Amino acid sequence: MNEPGVIELEGLGVRFGGRPILQGLTASLKGRAIGLLGPNGAGKTTLLNTLLGFHKPAEGRALLHGDDVVSGDPSLRSKIGYMPESDAFIAGMTAVRFVRMMGEVSGLPPEAALERAHETLQYVGLGEARYRTLEGFSLGMKQLAKLAQAIVHAPRILFLDEPTNGLDPPARARMIRLIREIRDSGRAQIVLSSHLLRDVEECCDEVLVLKDGKIAFYGNLEEERRANKKFIHIEMKGDEHAFAAAAEGLGCTCALVGPGRVKLVMPETVAVRDLYRIAAENAYQIRKLDYKRDSLQDIFLKAMEEPRGRL
Amino acid sequence: MAVYDRRYRAYEGPLTPVAQRWKVLPRHAWTGVFKSRLFVGFFTLCFAWPIAAAVWIYLHYNLAALANVGLDNVRLAAVDAPFFAAFMGVQCFALGGIMTLLIGPGLVSPDLANGALPLYLSRPLSRTGYTLGKMFTLAALISLITWIPGLILFLLQAWLAGWDWFASHVWLGVAIVGGAIIWIVTISLLALATSALARRKVVAQTFLLGVIIFGGVAGQAVNVMFGTRVGFLFNLPVVMQCVWNALYRLNMPTAFPAPVAFAALLGISGLSIAILAKKLRAFEVVK
Repeated sequence: MNEPGVIELEGLGVRFGGRPILQGLTASLKGRAIGLLGPNGAGKTTLLNTLLGFHKPAEGRALLHGDDVVSGDPSLRSKIGYMPESDAFIAGMTAVRFVRMMGEVSGLPPEAALERAHETLQYVGLGEARYRTLEGFSLGMKQLAKLAQAIVHAPRILFLDEPTNGLDPPARARMIRLIREIRDSGRAQIVLSSHLLRDVEECCDEVLVLKDGKIAFYGNLEEERRANKKFIHIEMKGDEHAFAAAAEGLGCTCALVGPGRVKLVMPETVAVRDLYRIAAENAYQIRKLDYKRDSLQDIFLKAMEEPRGRL
Repeated sequence: MAVYDRRYRAYEGPLTPVAQRWKVLPRHAWTGVFKSRLFVGFFTLCFAWPIAAAVWIYLHYNLAALANVGLDNVRLAAVDAPFFAAFMGVQCFALGGIMTLLIGPGLVSPDLANGALPLYLSRPLSRTGYTLGKMFTLAALISLITWIPGLILFLLQAWLAGWDWFASHVWLGVAIVGGAIIWIVTISLLALATSALARRKVVAQTFLLGVIIFGGVAGQAVNVMFGTRVGFLFNLPVVMQCVWNALYRLNMPTAFPAPVAFAALLGISGLSIAILAKKLRAFEVVK
């Protein structure tokens, strides 16, 4: 029997004013860090907001740790941490009071909330600035303060909406490091929505690509990479037709992509040295041999090209 | 955890009851409110009139104390329903109104302007809990300067006048508390609604002042133009006075019968709740 996912989407659909925004989303998301990708308007933020219970599904349902998100169950909400994309703070408050208050609203007793507010601000790197009011923070500091309020109560699911938006390279690197640390601690599962492929590639082990409100791709990034490890691109001198025929004789699947250029997928039983042996026996020259690994960009672009998605 | 130990760590301790989470909002709001010296000064001033009224009630039953300071033959007005109505009028309409203008507009508008609502509503706090917390911030402070001192004065009067007076004037205690609570609920909801509509504190303050003052002016204009009294429905203090006259059993001419005025107050409160229900959302959906 399949283990239930952290997030279960069962034919989830969301409409605004009769207009479908999300349609028939079905997936079981199990990763430690799940990336939500998609072009602008694909429905990433709507999906995130639906999972947070801000929008009611028009059809289907979404479950977080087995609980329906529309139930409004306070114990479910206590498990959630949310870092919104846009500016979000309480005017006139110091960082430590802001984070403490958010901890208290999440259910921490006042003393514990104060202690954890200090700890969390130290953790995200705002220890020195924790007695300053949030209005005076730079954009990068505000992002870190938003992360601090999202994790102060140690949530089990952490929703991050464009966490590196507007950050300079050092600040972005710090944010990515923090997200990876939280992921690797094993104490929280992360859902990261971003339009930056690099952020998702660096932080996530699963990715869900949305296109026009539908799932265009969902898969495990590491498995995708492993699956494409034996995908080889060769540039050679000699009779590529004969080379391809010999390779197919070994069990490879070949495609001629131009003069002297062959793409092939090797089965597990075939090694690269077998290809060199064929070349040596027939006096062909292999001038270039690339392992082709699908990058997230390839996966994303492929998903965008396919009209009906691959799930 | 020591400050040098920078790791992400779980929380294993107890959690507070869900039903009490809304109380976090007023507690933190009061901390902010009492940072203002202007407000602290005003809040202190709000107790001058209750203290004066307490002294008045005391002297009413201790005229000998006045004689001791050379004030013989002084006759103090009776401590009765008109006395308490006048006292509560100052505390509710004047001081409570000013307090509402100082605090009310800043309750919701900064949260909307700074995108704080998703932070609250993604947590175990409902929109009702949020509204309740914000409303309680203002309602509790107005209560401290209105019905609570009013009730203390009523009990002081009952103590000095004796059991018979208390037994025959229980309705006055109910009028003091009930009248103030009707006013507090109405004005608090109105303040929250204007704060939610305006999104900026200054604009919300102006808006609220406009609703209270210019509502009366506009109502008077309607009365003059159409030769009617319906315009008084736009005048919140007049509407409230109609309800109070009935509660305090005052024989004064009023613009409307008390049930009509009470229905108008319910209408204002209902409209305010409808505005809050529309505006207090984590995200505004553009359809």
